[in-house]
Amino acid sequence: MTRKRLLAGLAASALVLAACGSDDSGGGADTTAAAPSGTEAAATTAAADTSVAAGGGGEALTELGEGEGQVNLIAWAGYVEDGSTDPAVDWVTGFEEETGCNVNVKIGNTSDEMVALMQSGEYDGVSASGDATLRLIAGGEVSPVNTDLIPNYADVFPDLKDQAHNTVDGVSYGVPHGRGANLLVFNTDSFPSAPDSWGVMFEPDSPAKGGVSIYDAPIYIADAAVYLMATQPDLGITNPYALDETQFAAAVDLLNQQKDLAGQYWSLYTDQQTALEAGSVTAGTTWQVIVNLATANGAKIGAVKPKEGATGWSDTWMISSKAQNPNCMYMWMNHIISPEANAGVAEWFGEAPSNAKSCALTSDANHCDTFHAEDTAFWEDVFYWTTPTATCLDGRDVACVPFTEWVNAWNELRA
Amino acid sequence: MGERLERAAGLSATAASTGGGAGRRASRLFHGHPKVGLGALLSGPLLWLIVVYLGSLAVLVVSAFFTIDEFTNQPTTQLTTANVEEVLGTRAFWDTVIRSVAVASAVTLLSLVLALPMAFYVAKLAKPWARRSLIVAATLPLWAGYLVKAYAMRAVFEPGGSGGQGGGFLQGAVGWTPGFGRTAVVLTLTYLWLPYMILPIYAGLDRLPTSLLDASGDLGARPLRTFRSVILPLLVPAIAAGSIFTFSLSLGDYITVKIVGSKTQLIGNLIERTLLAPNQPLAAAFTLWPIVIMIAYLIVVARLGAFESL
Repeated sequence: MTRKRLLAGLAASALVLAACGSDDSGGGADTTAAAPSGTEAAATTAAADTSVAAGGGGEALTELGEGEGQVNLIAWAGYVEDGSTDPAVDWVTGFEEETGCNVNVKIGNTSDEMVALMQSGEYDGVSASGDATLRLIAGGEVSPVNTDLIPNYADVFPDLKDQAHNTVDGVSYGVPHGRGANLLVFNTDSFPSAPDSWGVMFEPDSPAKGGVSIYDAPIYIADAAVYLMATQPDLGITNPYALDETQFAAAVDLLNQQKDLAGQYWSLYTDQQTALEAGSVTAGTTWQVIVNLATANGAKIGAVKPKEGATGWSDTWMISSKAQNPNCMYMWMNHIISPEANAGVAEWFGEAPSNAKSCALTSDANHCDTFHAEDTAFWEDVFYWTTPTATCLDGRDVACVPFTEWVNAWNELRA
Repeated sequence: MGERLERAAGLSATAASTGGGAGRRASRLFHGHPKVGLGALLSGPLLWLIVVYLGSLAVLVVSAFFTIDEFTNQPTTQLTTANVEEVLGTRAFWDTVIRSVAVASAVTLLSLVLALPMAFYVAKLAKPWARRSLIVAATLPLWAGYLVKAYAMRAVFEPGGSGGQGGGFLQGAVGWTPGFGRTAVVLTLTYLWLPYMILPIYAGLDRLPTSLLDASGDLGARPLRTFRSVILPLLVPAIAAGSIFTFSLSLGDYITVKIVGSKTQLIGNLIERTLLAPNQPLAAAFTLWPIVIMIAYLIVVARLGAFESL
């Protein structure tokens, strides 16, 4: 009898597990990420120190061959558009016809998710932001890029080439895609005149209370640090990604204070978009592409870069060290920074293009001025996403809080 | 009968292999030794159960004690208890666990309250010909996809702007909505898992002889007394069985929470975010919570006899 019970119990728990399992795979279609496998991990422990010297997997391609017929990409929403979102927005179909490489894209919602997806080894390339690039290089997930095989690379703005986030030891690990700032979005009914400070998202007496929309990722702690740089200069923050214990604690305190104002934490860009369209967001942190999509659907919103400056991104297309379709990936990297495609992405996503020739091709002739593509001064208060490390990125000789601690702090904050 | 089967097996075996010896020998072996046949039949499922379910569970538990590389976020095989300490030693995470159990319990109770009268009507009051179609109707929601239903509920609860403009179905129909949050999560999960509660209770009531109810009435018991003293005690195993589904499915859910939960976080959301961070060992440490809770829950419902009525 007892044995029968035990068996039944086992069977039932198996049933329950099965139900949970199938539930996950069915529902999580938009959020699934392959867990990094343990064996792979053991091989990459060497990069524990922050110097990133080891870096990179595999060798760069020396010669371009025939296309493999397809290419599998991980990209930010709005980076790979084939006309299905808006028939006029399409820089994929032409590429597919020209090269015979079918483009499959998986949208990454956060840099962390992109790293996790790349670790699965099932993708050929990724549009990685600065907080993912060095992690990918150190983890051996990406290969060096032979820029000689990418003719359009010659036209990329010089101040985007050979930067700390895309080049290690003089070896280039990708092609610059473009850069932009995370903006403050606001409801024009609630704010007839545009707010000019992130304060509406942080101060307890904010008129936006209850309708604040916050990006749900550990890297958002840097946004609090940017605000503290301006409002609490005593903390001495110079780089929002290089926070010592005191500075980090101040940023987390600010974010805890922000919880009372929060209406939404978003990681899927569509979640913020629908909330903007429904009018339930009074103020929030956003990307220009979300503003464009929501505005097209009738949302009454505006977006600004506040006076305190902003976090932002400088993105790089990288090729996986396990790429199944390297030739198509090289063709894609060349295509996406071609003046036409680069101008298309830059206008659609709302960022500064990386190719100097793109500026002549944007449908809005002022696009490059609006987004300050050639204006180096503008970028001085835009802090590109980068991976916080224990060695302070601003060169101070104190211990900084590494990214794993950022993850824990964000988890605790959101628990 | 056995002989004919053996001949059939032998025939197909000869057809398959030109020599015919091996197939025939195998069929003889099975014929003479029923236990060998049973073993061969069950070894596949058993292997699956042990390797895939219990094996992966074991890997999960072990990996909760791995460290991760500070920079690449890849797990390493160096052992540590830091993850488990972080999970057990943080007040905020306890709150999340308590909240998750509360939500799962609320979903279970609400499902029970809704399922009992529905199942009773179908099993005892409906005309026999209507019974089957009513049961089909009760399970009908299972035919639609999980995401479709969750997003449908999102459209129902959408609160809209400050004046209610742009609100969803409830806002438009009755001028009020709970909005997104814990209430919406409980209601949506109840909608999703209700059929799993109705079916076992219906089966339990179906097995309950109607004569017992008549006898109770003849002895002077009012309907409520009959329900309390006759129906409920006999239904306990069925209710416990149904609650396994509603409780466990709610406890692990994170997608519904993301869709209609607004700021609400359950244990599943913590696991998902940690996994995507990616900090796989810490995520594994978080999963220890639902594992422990479910084991405790299964032990309790096993005592109530849930597995006899599955």
